Amino acid sequence: MTAQTHSAAEYALELRGIDKHFGAVHANKNIDLKVEKGTIHGIVGENGAGKSTLMSIIYGFYEADQGDIAIDGQVLKIRDSKTAIASGIGMVHQHFMLIQNFTALENVVLGAESGELIDDSLDKARTELNRLSDEFGLSVPLDQPVEELSVGFQQRIEILKALYRGARILILDEPTGVLTPQETEHLFKVLDSLKAQGTTVILITHKLREILAATDNVSVMRRGEMVAHVKTAETNQEELAELMVGRKVLLQVDKGDSAPGDVKLSVRNLSMTDSAGVKRLDNVSLDVRAGEIVGIAGVSGNGQSELLETLAGITPVDSGTIDLNGHTLDVQHPMNPSQVRKAGIGHIPEDRHRMGLINTFSAYEAFVLGYHRNQEYNGALQMKQGAIIEDCKEKMERWDVRPQDPYLKTANFSGGNQQKLVIAREIEQNPDVLLIGQPTRGVDIGAIESIHKRILEMRDAGKAILLVSVELDEIRSLSDRILVMFDGTIVGEVPADKADERTLGLMMANIVPDDIKALQAEEPA
Amino acid sequence: MSQHRIPAWITVGVIPLANVAMAALAAALVFWYLNINPLDALQAMVYGAFGSSYGWGYTLYYMTSYIFTGLAVAVVFQAGMFNIGGEGQAYIGALGVGLVCLGLGGHVPFIVLLPISIIAAFVFGGLWALIPAWLQAKRGSHIVITTIMFNFIAASLMNYLLINFMKPAGTMSVESAVFDPSSWIPKMHEALALIGISIDRSPLNLSMFWALFVAFAVWFFLWRTRWGYEVRAMGSNASGAQYGGISIPGTVIMIMIIGGGLAGFMALNVVQGEAHQIKLNLVNQMGFTGIAVALMGRNHPFGIVIASLLFGFLTQGGSELQFEYSVDARIVVVLQGLVILFSGALQNMMKHPIERLYLRVTSNRRKASEELAAEA
Repeated sequence: MTAQTHSAAEYALELRGIDKHFGAVHANKNIDLKVEKGTIHGIVGENGAGKSTLMSIIYGFYEADQGDIAIDGQVLKIRDSKTAIASGIGMVHQHFMLIQNFTALENVVLGAESGELIDDSLDKARTELNRLSDEFGLSVPLDQPVEELSVGFQQRIEILKALYRGARILILDEPTGVLTPQETEHLFKVLDSLKAQGTTVILITHKLREILAATDNVSVMRRGEMVAHVKTAETNQEELAELMVGRKVLLQVDKGDSAPGDVKLSVRNLSMTDSAGVKRLDNVSLDVRAGEIVGIAGVSGNGQSELLETLAGITPVDSGTIDLNGHTLDVQHPMNPSQVRKAGIGHIPEDRHRMGLINTFSAYEAFVLGYHRNQEYNGALQMKQGAIIEDCKEKMERWDVRPQDPYLKTANFSGGNQQKLVIAREIEQNPDVLLIGQPTRGVDIGAIESIHKRILEMRDAGKAILLVSVELDEIRSLSDRILVMFDGTIVGEVPADKADERTLGLMMANIVPDDIKALQAEEPA
Repeated sequence: MSQHRIPAWITVGVIPLANVAMAALAAALVFWYLNINPLDALQAMVYGAFGSSYGWGYTLYYMTSYIFTGLAVAVVFQAGMFNIGGEGQAYIGALGVGLVCLGLGGHVPFIVLLPISIIAAFVFGGLWALIPAWLQAKRGSHIVITTIMFNFIAASLMNYLLINFMKPAGTMSVESAVFDPSSWIPKMHEALALIGISIDRSPLNLSMFWALFVAFAVWFFLWRTRWGYEVRAMGSNASGAQYGGISIPGTVIMIMIIGGGLAGFMALNVVQGEAHQIKLNLVNQMGFTGIAVALMGRNHPFGIVIASLLFGFLTQGGSELQFEYSVDARIVVVLQGLVILFSGALQNMMKHPIERLYLRVTSNRRKASEELAAEA
């Protein structure tokens, strides 16, 4: 333990005995944390482990019930984010807090104007920002509206915002969720140069690989407690995962070879333009056979959602043809979501809150959404509530949905259990084709393992599965073939064994490496 | 994150009562300003509304109308939309009832006529709501705007029809002929007299039972049938409903027809049960009051029955107040406004302190019992 030899002032941030309750929920239990000056410190933990609460306390959104926060060795009372900013803390939120139609420069100055006249502030900020960009490799087009910039640039603006306000401790909350692997790499370079200049960085993430790649030290949280502080160089993914979950977890599911059969889902030249006139899908063609998982990789917002929703009958087709398990879906033959379901297609939507569930419904009601007109659930007039509840109980038990209470409101289940509810509902109807979007978004590591196993079981049972995910690890560990989407088109196809991160990353930025090009040229179109 | 649950008796019992109590306190200030002893005023209102079978009769008569117009707002609200058109839908429903009674009254027995007039009330009110519904479903015109406009259109249309077609020749007042007595819905005092119970004459008629039955039917529809399931799914999460294969335009049109039809039922009470003719402005703001009733009743049919009783009390008690102290007739509107303000707009003012108090009391009690257990 080298920590004891340091004097207090060598810690940029020190937390002692931080405790926070929300009603009956004990969100942070007696948390101690020491972050050495000029290091990158990772904090990992599952959803609901208390990471966000802790960061909100540091940033002054919440006040701790007990405990002290010391910055540079000095104990401070941080009552609001103003105090936090004044003491040199900067935060980059997971969801960017930018005004879309303001320029980068205006966004940076917003709330930190230096005088009555905005022009003076802008001039002053421009000089300062140019200096910061040069120093840290954070160049951003300052005069373009934010809405025209990529998420990578938007994130840099957030970082610049914090630095412009004099941040010496920079907290980043899940910063890589929306970035391509290359953008992520660049971000880590920026963090390194910040570190070289003496800035302390706290990186919150659930991606263990990134922790290992970017940090010096790492702290692990579980159920509101700090369970471990380790040096990054002395640990590995398996150990961190075990610390996070509290038991051994399989990070990689065992997958046998696939035995593809007939084509069950076939898309030809599908295009779709949204109401704003933006082309969301551009001439997309793909096939999914029985007994295989076709993964669609890509940075979120490149047409994956639109593809899934068009296949599910939610968005109408503009042009092109879809063959859904022997049923034609095109402009002349539109199908609505319930007809698509009847054709033997199951759909696990990307966003369970927006689509998959009705949050005000009890679990048993949410459990029949989309199948609520099925004969087994309906009498002449009345829905067969008793039968639905029995059915729900049985499936909850089989899928280990907790708590096993069909009357509980869906909003009150944890993310993982909500997702299991949706997956159980769709899979238990035994569809021939499964459309799956982001199956493990916001789901705990423990639950991810069981969801992945179920998806593979479906494949081995001969179902055709189309899997959309922005988590590259997930795509790589489940898919038999991988298609990469960029800007509404399919950039190319990669067999699972050739799908290393670099290749996929390049393709996600619309660059097809030569070996993949050669591979595609060999295959008959 | 799961919070400790607040029991239902607090949510549906204590909090609404506290809200009404706040409204009563504010009303007391108004009376104090008017130089009326608030306690005397309260007594006058309670006596006026509940002190005699005459008072009860009026209170329940108003309640009957409010149940219909309140449900008209609530069912549509369950689908996530605001039906401001109860006023017009009820007015056009009255046209349907009036046409049936004028055309068939005296020609067919009451037992045959009643189902027809019930259907007419529903169909006329429902069709009046269909046009805004269609505009919303197919053209995206906002239903709040169109239903408000349709209230004005209904009023003008009824003016036109009454003056040009329905007014009997040689009369001055703008109203239709009186229906044949055989088409009238029996009054409560007449019906009870048959079984030997004697109460005072009042406008209360048997349509009150229809109102209570309809409230139950609406509950059954919303929480027991697949159509109600679809309505609630859409009201809570429209894109989730769409994902579930529920047709949004179809559900909008269905629920608006039902809402309009429920508002139309009000005419059974007011026209076929009491006035026995179509009069100008017969709805008399009851359609709008339905919005407040639905708000107060938390858009739940049973809540609406209770809220309707409260508003019936305010309407009847308020008009007694007007006789007793010769205050302006609009005192009723002031009282209703205060109830809406405190139980609608300011509902969270009392909610959070009460919930926090409850949590503190129970957690202290839990701690105490844990300590006891630890000592033992």
